[in-house]
Amino acid sequence: MRIWVFAEEIDGAPTSLTLEMLTKARSLGDDIAAFLVGAGSAETLGTLGAHGATTVYHLDPGDALPSAGAAAALAELAETENPDLVMFGLQPTDRDVAGRLAGRMGVPVLSNAVDIVMTADSTSIINEILGGATLIETTFVGSGPHLVVVRPKSFAAEPGAGGDPNVIAVTVPDTGHSGSAMVVERHAEVSTGPRLEDAEVIVAGGRGMGSEEQFAGVEELAGLLSAAVGASRAVVDSGWVPYSLQVGQTGKTVKPNVYIALGISGAMQHLVGMKDSGTIIAVNKDEEAPIFGVADLGIIGDVHKVLPKLIEALKTR
Amino acid sequence: MKIAVCVKQIPNPATPYELDPENHFVVRPEDQVLDDTDRYGVEMGLQLAEATEGEVVLVSMGPAGSLQGIRQALAMGADKAVVISDEALRGSGALVTARVLAAAIEAEGVDLVIAGTESTDGYAGVVPQMMAELLGMPALTFARRVEHDDGTIRIERQTSAGYDVVEATLPALVTVTSGAVEPRYPTFKGIMAAKQKPVDQPSCADLGVEGIGAAGSGQTIASVRPAPERAAGTKVQDEGEAHLEIIKLLDQAKAI
Repeated sequence: MRIWVFAEEIDGAPTSLTLEMLTKARSLGDDIAAFLVGAGSAETLGTLGAHGATTVYHLDPGDALPSAGAAAALAELAETENPDLVMFGLQPTDRDVAGRLAGRMGVPVLSNAVDIVMTADSTSIINEILGGATLIETTFVGSGPHLVVVRPKSFAAEPGAGGDPNVIAVTVPDTGHSGSAMVVERHAEVSTGPRLEDAEVIVAGGRGMGSEEQFAGVEELAGLLSAAVGASRAVVDSGWVPYSLQVGQTGKTVKPNVYIALGISGAMQHLVGMKDSGTIIAVNKDEEAPIFGVADLGIIGDVHKVLPKLIEALKTR
Repeated sequence: MKIAVCVKQIPNPATPYELDPENHFVVRPEDQVLDDTDRYGVEMGLQLAEATEGEVVLVSMGPAGSLQGIRQALAMGADKAVVISDEALRGSGALVTARVLAAAIEAEGVDLVIAGTESTDGYAGVVPQMMAELLGMPALTFARRVEHDDGTIRIERQTSAGYDVVEATLPALVTVTSGAVEPRYPTFKGIMAAKQKPVDQPSCADLGVEGIGAAGSGQTIASVRPAPERAAGTKVQDEGEAHLEIIKLLDQAKAI
């Protein structure tokens, strides 16, 4: 099987999601290439090779928003190279390129894959609905390339025995008005604690925290545990914390060792982003809150009483 | 400026939706609600239309039912709606959805297309980008802020690393994230006016779109099964000492 992985680079290194996809690709096929959109540092290229990419198609978009150009370049390459499967991550640029590529080539995309199953003559994906309670297997009908968008943390990233890849520079075809969007400023968000996606411990707060001021308790506990701060969509929509802290279907998918949910009821769209965490601890006043369905320890009580005591006790340790 | 805002009626998300046991498609009741995340796109469209003396056309695909969700968006202030509710569309995938919506938008002839980043029920999350490709427009996606200045759209685009400022000239497509703007609540006057606003319901044949439905979508649902269940945890009623249970578990997990 010939499998391509859409690769993204942040701070001169591939994202963890890129490496998760390459690792999965190695288990599905024997001819793996990465399609990298970015500056393409030596470290990035080497790491992609180590994770199984024998070829890296490298597109440097400069200041253009890369989606239309990358989709056009991928479509041209796919016509001649015939990949069986192209994997994208559930990330903004990946989704832009996957959608445009599908529109351009007239082939379907299957999204939110938590697993991919390939046989000699079929490709299927598994995705989760109803907050992860139900699994759906969907099979592609018709010829490829089969385009799949993969949820983060579905696969563990592990380097293989690969060496430096063969790097092929890709030029951007003329896409006219479609490709005319330009990036005029770039801002990296610096957070003080660990990154939400990589954190071993996450303390997340929901609407039950009461107010933006009271949400500070979530941050204080996170500080004491060297944890990352997460939030439910309700809290992000209310403007208490930025979108980058949102955990769930439309936010980040996380899989920490410990996830502490404070005042989060556990809407399906939240559960799907955190239910695979190692140990889940939830505090909620509503005994019927769905979060208790996935919690290893559920405290039925007032978060405004439990949290201060927890913080005090941890401070004195 | 003429603006198309893509919206979707979905089963009330407060109640888990059901799948038809025969074909595994979502069962859609007569009364569906406006996807909550669409309110941000509608609000964005209304603000831009108000600033340019323009108009907002809602474009939607799916069983029309009682049109309750569409009326919610009309009540916010949109001028009219185009709803493609064709029985032959049943089982359509993301690409068919994008082709149908793009055809309806093309027929309207708009300067700007606004959509949410994904629907709450299906959440494929790629339909807007497909539409942009089909319409030959740049896609300014994942906007947490949108500005328009004399034919140029500038957004703050959420990225994996932070955010970028991205701009393009019209015509263009923008996807907005929840929280990008504060959606207005419909007024009583708005709710009454919405009942009289035009809702066109063209068929796919009217729009010239072929190869639709499950057969045109290049995918088939092979199976539906329950996920392995997580082992049941313990529930503790807080009597003042529950924080000690948390500390015990954090100790076990070596988190402290």
